[in-house]
Amino acid sequence: MTAAPLPVGSAPAPALRRVLAQAGFETTMILRNGEQLLITLILPVFVLVGLTRSSVIEIGTAGATRIDFFAPGVIALAVMSTSFTSQAIATAFDRRNGVLRLLATTPLGRGGLLAGKVLGVLAVEVVQVVVIGAVALGLGWHPVARGALVALLAILLGTAAFTALALLLAGTLRAEGVLALANLVLVLLAVAGGIVVPASRLPGALAHLALLLPSGALGECLRDTLMHGALPITSVIVLVAWTAALAWGAGRMFRWH
Amino acid sequence: MPRLSPVSRPPAVEISALVKRYNGRAVVSGLDLTAPAGQVTAVLGPNGAGKTTTIECCEGLRVPDAGTVRVLGLDPQRDARSLRPRVGVMLQDGGLPTGVRPLEMLRHLASMYATPLEVDPLAERLGITSFARTTVRRLSGGQRQRLALAAAIIGRPELVFLDEPSAGMDPQSRHAVWDLIRELRSEGVSIVLTTHLMDEAADLADTVVIVDAGAVIAQGSVRELTSAVDDSTLRFSAEPDLDAVSLARALDDGRREGPEAPHRVQHEGDGDFTVSGSITPATVAALAGWCASHDILVSRLSIGRRTLEDVFLDLTGRSLR
Repeated sequence: MTAAPLPVGSAPAPALRRVLAQAGFETTMILRNGEQLLITLILPVFVLVGLTRSSVIEIGTAGATRIDFFAPGVIALAVMSTSFTSQAIATAFDRRNGVLRLLATTPLGRGGLLAGKVLGVLAVEVVQVVVIGAVALGLGWHPVARGALVALLAILLGTAAFTALALLLAGTLRAEGVLALANLVLVLLAVAGGIVVPASRLPGALAHLALLLPSGALGECLRDTLMHGALPITSVIVLVAWTAALAWGAGRMFRWH
Repeated sequence: MPRLSPVSRPPAVEISALVKRYNGRAVVSGLDLTAPAGQVTAVLGPNGAGKTTTIECCEGLRVPDAGTVRVLGLDPQRDARSLRPRVGVMLQDGGLPTGVRPLEMLRHLASMYATPLEVDPLAERLGITSFARTTVRRLSGGQRQRLALAAAIIGRPELVFLDEPSAGMDPQSRHAVWDLIRELRSEGVSIVLTTHLMDEAADLADTVVIVDAGAVIAQGSVRELTSAVDDSTLRFSAEPDLDAVSLARALDDGRREGPEAPHRVQHEGDGDFTVSGSITPATVAALAGWCASHDILVSRLSIGRRTLEDVFLDLTGRSLR
């Protein structure tokens, strides 16, 4: 422990640099964490390969190939796992460990922290889309190119809705509760939320209900755009409504302590 | 001729009539506190006294229910943006993500400032380099504390809030931290720390603020707090089985004529004695003379001053809570 000078003189780094630094930090944390990587990257790839290469699920694909039918939904699943489950768990533990409060006292502030988190989620999603897209293309996927731009906008919208839900849970419940609930919700929505298996193929009332869930709406958006090049107006409205409601709830109810 | 005032800086912290309730229960109730600029102010109090809540109101992490808080002359809520670069914070629960390595965390925090301290020399001086490859999850309590302290000062703050900075530290780490705090002070940094440790407060603090049940019950320098004029007590250490009655008589014989109360000599255990009554230079001379004539060596002698711990316990009570 040798002496080092400690001159005083404090000034913040530029706002953009602070937010980008936080985004890079968040991305590294997610990609380095084994469990997070399992949920965000390995599981979706496994689901994609499993659904296309085996007929575990008997399903009519309405004339499309199995890979064209399932790839958009698997990308939607990956987006949900990062923006919801992974973000909810990470934020809940950071909240419990005081990380959110400490960062809020640095020049980053609460707004910068939120911006950094959202950018971090988007960065991980870029990795997911590239990896899952590459695997899907390797399996013979032929997405409709003219739907790609709207599909990207739908991913942004879905990310907003699910991140808001993640923050709502992480900011109100105990970390262990969030860990259990976020995984449970991921599994339920993956199986019966209209995300990988379209709502129309779900039994009974679920066929209608799933369309109104953020998972079903995101799944429909990506299938409509990437399979048919169509504009999924209803599903976009559903996602916008969820985003508004969940962001309002998270803004009001999020507790930092 | 009027004294020249030092360069006028607003107090580091100025709190008046602060009230903070959780679920209707007041944790801080009408607290007033001033921490002068460029000094070390120690907030001392039992668990649940409201120390952390008060500090968190200063850090902008909690919104007061009533009263005013000014930090460097500014409002921690309204002026948060301009205060954040100027104020360093060490939270009681650390605030460190568990999956990160120490130097990564420091480099990340450094990137929030235009001209931060250099990470490597700071890590070296706090002994962080020796556990640089361990993730926060696996660090000991004392190691986390040192990292959290480094995190608090990496941005060269003018004011640092340290919530129990040396909790869980071994004596070597504690002294390294104390040296660092003294050095920060000599650079003109204002420091506000909470602590349970009397020696920490006594060694470091220019001002000690004793808080109990959400309000300040005593405030002043260690000297002011520990030297009550009418509390004239002499303490000394010698062999445990000396004849206290004989000594008290010798001390009474040594005093000048007057209405003073007779001396009482009490054995506190382990050879520590207290003499109460009127303590004068003659008392000390009589004590030394009596001991010399009985071939007893006095190993320690102090007068008139209680320890900070005595003051603290007298004010806050000795019962567990």
